[in-house]
Amino acid sequence: MTSARIEVEHLGYRYAAGGAPALDDVSFSVGQGEFVSIVGPSGSGKTTLLRCVAGLAAPTSGEVRIDGVVVRDVPPGLALVFQDYGRSLFGWMTVHDNVDLPLRRRALSGEERQRRVASALAEVGLAGSAARYPWELSGGMQQRVAIARAVAYAPQILLMDEPFASVDAQTRSDLQDMALSVWRAHGSTVLFVTHDIDESVYLADRVVVLSPAPATVAAEIAVDLPRPRDQVETRAMPAFVTQRAAVARLIRRPGVGTP
Amino acid sequence: MTVGRGVRRSSRRTLRGLTGGLVLFVGLEVLTRAELVSPTYLPPASAVVATTLAILVDPEFLQAVAGTLAGWGLGLIVASAIAIPLGLVLGWSWRGYRASTTAIELLRPIPSVALIPLAILLLGRGLDMRVALVAYASLWPILLNTIYGVRDVDPVARDTARAFGFGTLATLRRVSLPSAAPFMYTGVRVAAAVALIVAISAELVGGGSTPGIGTWMLERTQPGVDRELMYAGIVVAGLLGLGIDILMLAGERRLFGWHHRMRSVS
Ligand SMILES: Nc1ncnc2c1ncn2[C@@H]1O[C@H](COP(=O)(O)OP(=O)(O)O)[C@@H](O)[C@H]1O
Ligand SMILES: [Mg+2]
Repeated sequence: MTSARIEVEHLGYRYAAGGAPALDDVSFSVGQGEFVSIVGPSGSGKTTLLRCVAGLAAPTSGEVRIDGVVVRDVPPGLALVFQDYGRSLFGWMTVHDNVDLPLRRRALSGEERQRRVASALAEVGLAGSAARYPWELSGGMQQRVAIARAVAYAPQILLMDEPFASVDAQTRSDLQDMALSVWRAHGSTVLFVTHDIDESVYLADRVVVLSPAPATVAAEIAVDLPRPRDQVETRAMPAFVTQRAAVARLIRRPGVGTP
Repeated sequence: MTVGRGVRRSSRRTLRGLTGGLVLFVGLEVLTRAELVSPTYLPPASAVVATTLAILVDPEFLQAVAGTLAGWGLGLIVASAIAIPLGLVLGWSWRGYRASTTAIELLRPIPSVALIPLAILLLGRGLDMRVALVAYASLWPILLNTIYGVRDVDPVARDTARAFGFGTLATLRRVSLPSAAPFMYTGVRVAAAVALIVAISAELVGGGSTPGIGTWMLERTQPGVDRELMYAGIVVAGLLGLGIDILMLAGERRLFGWHHRMRSVS
């Protein structure tokens, strides 16, 4: 691993003082330019973890550092694709304006913004829907708008919370490859939350497996598969099958059998 | 397809409205022509309609309508100018809201008509007094709806703005304000109906020489004046209220259709 970009150290989080913790003691780090998947059963605290990394929630204990600086507020150059994509889009704006809005905060020319919005929408296959409103689109299309918004922002750190959970299998494969090509093109650092074991292995350099709530890191598995990945070839590799099985075993019986 | 259905539905509604109006008109006409009700109390509907048409081209009456609309409109503007920023602040900060609820709950139940004498004492019988009363009455629906609207802003939408580096003010402007706007509009729409009532009440109680539908009517309460005039005034006041309501509803559908559609999808 090269220099650590994101360091999560003994992170703990409780929603209510005295209540049950959502995160118990989570530690891991992500290197510059690395693509890391986080898998864990539903309710294990994956969303909570991302919120802490994004500076939207203040840890109850432990800390998150980005480039060595403790996160207290939203770090610049970070984008988060929310799990609740429908609620994360602004209903009073067209698809184009939704993607454009975050760019307005940056020192970009109108032309550059226009170019980025158009190319991001084209990348997710929504070039023809720029003038439509989010509520006119299907769930999967809304999710792609949310992804396009993050892509256009060209973040150095991209956090994605189960971004492909609601799309059909074919779109899902396409979006996975799109995520990989965006990652490669921008050299961003990606933290990708999913509950889909295949997806976690297919995309990542490393998979962090969370235990059921309150979360701790059950294991970290380095994914040893050549890049660029290919939906057919990669998934057919023996190494893919072994590593996906290793993750699956850990999810079933967390804390047992570190590779 | 949906548009066609919508048009058909609205034309059916118009038809039903026209039928209702016609039945009312014929009923009243029969009632008065048969002298079941003394014509001293209730003139024939046809006479009222004729008088209404006549006063609608009478410059003095039109000036009265303009006067009422001035009190109504200025009062609404003043109320919005105060209630929307205040509601944004109170809705945004939970502590501010808690601190202000007592004051709101104490002031809100005072019927605005009960303030007319005080307003006359302080501001005289002219437009200022009417605007102040209309503003007072309109303040509450706008304020409460704005507070509610800001509190209702989806936390995920707010977090999205924050995650893209929007500060407090930018989030307020870019997310809370537009997402609460439909609620604010509803507040203004409710206030617009109340405002007309208060505007005419203030004219009726305050009297004075500033033109208004209320003062116009007041001047026609002397003996010997045609009753048709009074009824015609009432009809116009009613039409004004109806017109305002229809316009405000149409504006709501046009401006904030996204709000209902978004709700019905999610
Ligand atoms: N806003 C909240 N208030 C209280 N508890 C919450 C809230 N959000 C999540 N939780 C709880 O925290 C735990 C982790 O939730 P979450 O991070 O959403 O898990 P995941 O994303 O892995 O499904 C769950 O037990 C959930 O019930
Ligand atoms: Mg989640």
